[in-house]
Amino acid sequence: MHNRRLYAFVWKELLQISRDPSSILIAFVLPVLLLFIFGYGISLDSKELKIGVVCASQDSASNDFISALKGGRYFSVTESSSLDLLEDQMVEGRLHGILVLREDFSRKIAQGESPQIQLIANGSNPQIGKFVEQYVQGTLQRWVLLRQEKKQANVVPSVEIEPRFWYNNTTNRRYFLIPGSIAIILTIVGTLLTALVIAREWERGTMEALFASPISRIEILLGKVIPYYLLGIVSFTICLAFAVLVFGVPFRGSLWVAYLVTSLFLLGALGLGLTISAASKNQFLASQAAINAAFLPSFMLSGFIFEIKSMPHWIQMLTYVFPARYYVRSLQTLFLTGDIWSILIPQMVALSIIAVLFMAAINRKLKRSLD
Amino acid sequence: MFARLLPLIRKEFLSLIKDPKGRMVLIMPPILQLCIFAFSSTLEVKNNSITIYDEDCSPASVEISHRIAAASAFSTVNYVHDLSDLESDIEEGNSLLAVHFPSDFSKKLSYGGSPKIQVIVDGRRSNSGQIAYGYVSKIINQYRLELAQEKGVEIIMPTLVTRFWFNPNLIYLWYNIPGLLVLLTTVVTMIVTALSIARERELGTFDQLLVSPYTQWEILMGKSIPAFIVAMLEGLLIFSVGVGLYGVPFEGSMLTLLPCLSLYLISLVGVGLFISSLCRTQQQAILGAFCFMNPTILLSGFASPLENMPHWLQGLNQINPLMHFFAISKGIFLCDMSFPMAWPHVWPLIAISIFTIFSANWIFGHKVG
Repeated sequence: MHNRRLYAFVWKELLQISRDPSSILIAFVLPVLLLFIFGYGISLDSKELKIGVVCASQDSASNDFISALKGGRYFSVTESSSLDLLEDQMVEGRLHGILVLREDFSRKIAQGESPQIQLIANGSNPQIGKFVEQYVQGTLQRWVLLRQEKKQANVVPSVEIEPRFWYNNTTNRRYFLIPGSIAIILTIVGTLLTALVIAREWERGTMEALFASPISRIEILLGKVIPYYLLGIVSFTICLAFAVLVFGVPFRGSLWVAYLVTSLFLLGALGLGLTISAASKNQFLASQAAINAAFLPSFMLSGFIFEIKSMPHWIQMLTYVFPARYYVRSLQTLFLTGDIWSILIPQMVALSIIAVLFMAAINRKLKRSLD
Repeated sequence: MFARLLPLIRKEFLSLIKDPKGRMVLIMPPILQLCIFAFSSTLEVKNNSITIYDEDCSPASVEISHRIAAASAFSTVNYVHDLSDLESDIEEGNSLLAVHFPSDFSKKLSYGGSPKIQVIVDGRRSNSGQIAYGYVSKIINQYRLELAQEKGVEIIMPTLVTRFWFNPNLIYLWYNIPGLLVLLTTVVTMIVTALSIARERELGTFDQLLVSPYTQWEILMGKSIPAFIVAMLEGLLIFSVGVGLYGVPFEGSMLTLLPCLSLYLISLVGVGLFISSLCRTQQQAILGAFCFMNPTILLSGFASPLENMPHWLQGLNQINPLMHFFAISKGIFLCDMSFPMAWPHVWPLIAISIFTIFSANWIFGHKVG
């Protein structure tokens, strides 16, 4: 290994990156754009559901229930006398659900029978459909309890449920989404960008030219890994700064652990990127392979948005292969909880194994290419 | 004119599929997505662990614990006997949720006091946590009502009969297939159109094409049609596997879906041409396409509901073709959306196509001249 030679080689790569507007776009502009989208555009829970209410008679009990719906923080209520009208609105996607209170609603309650309330919920988005049902059920339950307490105090045993959302006491969705989105961003920088750039070198034959030079294989490998590693670290720093300073996500772990985990993740991601480029030697193939093998899994299979525990068993097994899974877990812990070693160490071990495997793979791949 | 175009289109097809690796890249992604992503995208809350710390061990607290344990959201229950065990269960992420009954729970309950149940949720997974918390509070409230009824209090609880339209059992696959139709066709169309011109530019063969007898429009058509056909075939593949194999209902009509899908693909081809008109190298084209796809996929409404976005973003999102086509695709698959109903989402696609194709053509013309 020749230090000066390696230094010159790394410097040349860095210059090349800094002069290419598309690398800068991917490494610095896209991360910020994505953080803004995750910060402002994405929200999984529904804060305001639009429901229509058809109420056959304007009597005290049904009015009382409707005002309970309106008073809660979950619904924006449209009242209408025509079910058909509301149904049309639901087909057009403008309503999430329709409640139908029959005319015997109050009469039955007065007579001590339990009336039926019909809820037609829009199931075209299953998540929202579930929310509509759950929130209506909850409102109904609270309404019944409240009425009973008003009528005769102390007959319903009261229980105070005290919810505590640890690490995120205001259930701020940004706290949950932003740490995970950093994993996606670093996958883009580490795998996609690297695969693409090195594939271009193969395509143009400059990679072979490098092999013909006195630079050793390890030096070539390091010369390609170090600049993109640095780029990834800078990208991570930008994300971290934006997450904490702009979006106010707390960072409760230690910085050195965050950088250590990020380094391990980046080594694996870079290794994958280099392996893809060496296997495809073509930018079109490399980009498609990187999107399908790294980017989409980091989005879909990392537990960042979609809970791994809810997936079918065999897909849960599959998620262990992708480094993003371990990285998302580590970031969520580091940001919101702190240095919890019992979580972090297994993740770091897994990330290291993946990094070593990919580095070994690319090392072999380069050796064979020389033949 | 079409006869003149044919050789150009044939050549584009050949360059797409002549390489076995290239064929793989067109065939593997749809298969992968249909096998994995169709099933992995779910926001259901199930198979979670819950920790219960019952200091009281009274019939009431045991009964509530049993009911919580029986809920489908929780598959494992850890009973702990120490507050620190409960804390470490949450801290280490072993449990999504922990329920703590204080030692005076049943005493207070029977003397009409107001006992507290503490429910601790792992805020790192606040989304699932909130849903799971909803289940727990529902169970506890139900128990309260039953206790009152046991004491002879007459409680009238209206029964809620819920029917889910369009997806009666809330199956995520039904939602994912119309979404994958959008995702997959987008990735293929964008990469193929953006790249085919950039590649020729990088290799210098684009100039040769420009001096050939083909007009600029013909060249652009020759580049667009193969991408359109490949994306259309992949779209039909998703459709047939989704409907034929996975049994996702298709309520609407092919006569609505096909024109809408075609218009959508044309708008994407337009965006792809527009990007490649700005790029000099393949790398720029791919990264440009990627910078387009990333935000538009995220804001398409597939990953998260659109209504929750701030208004300015909803306004901006009107130029997102993925958002429009996802609304159409979901509408046709599940809600039997007709063409007139889809029109509010169709005309933006037409507008996007016209804008992007004409600007791409203009930029090409001016770059050479």
